[in-house]
Amino acid sequence: MSGGTGVVRTHGLTKRFGHVTAVDSVDLDVREADVYGFLGANGSGKTTTVRMLLGLVLATSGQIEVLGSSMPAAGREVLPQVGALVEGPAAYPHLSGRANLALIDATGPGGDRRSRRRRIGEALDRVGLASIDDRAVRAYSLGMRQRLGLAAALLRRPRLLVLDEPTNGLDPQGINEIRTLLLELNREGTTVFLSSHLLGEIEQMCTRVGVLDGGRLVLQDQLSALRGPTGRTEVHTPDVDLARSLLDGTVEEHGDGRLLVRVPDVAELNARLVAQGVRVTLLAPEHRSLEEVVLEATTSGTDRFGREAGTP
Amino acid sequence: MATELSKLFRNRRTWATIALIDALPTLVAVLLALTDPGPRPGTGPAFLSAVLTDGTLFPLAALALVLPLFLPIAVAITAGEAIAGEAQQGTLRYLLIRPVGRTRLLVAKLGAVMVFVVVTVLVVAVTAYVVGVLLLGDQTVTVTGPTTSVSGTAMSTPELVGRTALAFGYAMVCMLGVAAVALFFSTIAQSPLGAALGAMMLLVASTLLLPLDAAEALHPYLLTRHWLAFVDLFRDPILWTDVLRGVLVQAGYIVVFLGAAWANFLTKDITD
Repeated sequence: MSGGTGVVRTHGLTKRFGHVTAVDSVDLDVREADVYGFLGANGSGKTTTVRMLLGLVLATSGQIEVLGSSMPAAGREVLPQVGALVEGPAAYPHLSGRANLALIDATGPGGDRRSRRRRIGEALDRVGLASIDDRAVRAYSLGMRQRLGLAAALLRRPRLLVLDEPTNGLDPQGINEIRTLLLELNREGTTVFLSSHLLGEIEQMCTRVGVLDGGRLVLQDQLSALRGPTGRTEVHTPDVDLARSLLDGTVEEHGDGRLLVRVPDVAELNARLVAQGVRVTLLAPEHRSLEEVVLEATTSGTDRFGREAGTP
Repeated sequence: MATELSKLFRNRRTWATIALIDALPTLVAVLLALTDPGPRPGTGPAFLSAVLTDGTLFPLAALALVLPLFLPIAVAITAGEAIAGEAQQGTLRYLLIRPVGRTRLLVAKLGAVMVFVVVTVLVVAVTAYVVGVLLLGDQTVTVTGPTTSVSGTAMSTPELVGRTALAFGYAMVCMLGVAAVALFFSTIAQSPLGAALGAMMLLVASTLLLPLDAAEALHPYLLTRHWLAFVDLFRDPILWTDVLRGVLVQAGYIVVFLGAAWANFLTKDITD
């Protein structure tokens, strides 16, 4: 594997639990400064993949390269530069949030003791827990725990953030705050690897998307490329019937003040419609939504066990 | 290691356990002081009859009281908690990606458990000494003269102190054996309770097999077989055979179970 810009690269990454193949020859390619959206239904192998990247689960076969070094062999050098949130936050319930952060910072390499207090303060500030008191984590709400987990991930200003469902348990206001924070960190140069089953979340934030389905990576591309034009033109008008009779043959779909038209020349289309008195409120190239792209690429979710769910 | 200790001793439960273990010998001392006739020499737990003549010997009697059951159970729970407890809380994955090396984590956990044993034994010894002297009197008020060994010969104070230290050291080795077993179960069990129970089953099985003649072939290898051999350290001359065998058996358990724990933990998929 070559190329200096790869932050996470896997080659033929496979994990079998017994005779179940959870992850099946996945070739991830996350680049520097990406906000990479890792999509997949529940049970599609997202978490197992994330755990393999971090050296928690050992791959059956395949190679993993994180920040240019091979994992899990180079974990001691790589992991201090990675902040992660894996399957929900965790903390020692009898200690306060600050004490938890101090403890986790002290357990491993790269946690400079002199700057610890300052770094903890900064991290808590960034995730919106600046005014937190000495309550034990036991008394925290799910949203507060999630923020604390995020603060722990940010403690050593990581080059790569690996976040598994980071907005779990947060209210809309909190989700928005976290999204702003992640984009801000990304602008400062942090690569963000975001795993989620929420399409909307990925679509709003990510520059690059990978879709996992039944353990296989069925799609991986720039979001802008995936959401490319379909070649059709979207026309919004209150005069649907008039427009249809005019454009007979080129209308592919219509309904509720909206038509989808396939024509070679959009400017000519517009002139024709206006000349015939069709009131056009919107005329734009149709883009596929991420949802359409993903649904097209995937089969049904793997936590469904209906009759038709048995994939060959 | 330092962080493991801070985790252990900042937990209120750790102190509650120590207090409970400490309560038993204290209760025994109170009972001994209140009831006049103690166990006759040669019956009851080791040293109890000697204690009646000299309260300063009570720490040893206390050790004999907590060693067969209380201390090993506490060690089994604490060591069983080590990995399985972190896994159940979800903090294990964050420790490992911090990163803390898996071998290092295992060693730190074992070290913390042993410090726990030292602190517990020390607390028991100090309380027992204080309680013993207060309730049962020390040798200045008794008329028996210098402390006598179990064999009936006189022992000087430095000798007594040295032998007591040896006895406590021996108890530590025994508890290290339990800790190794519990740590192994902690790397395979899903819950800390399961791990502690696994280790306790082995303890109970060992205790049950001891009086069983049919299991005689197994006796020399049982975990608890030589635990109370520390009494032999107070014979004159010291009867080393059982103590040394005990150390060997514990060493066997420590090597086998720590090895298994290490091999299992190093190759384990952390999925919880």
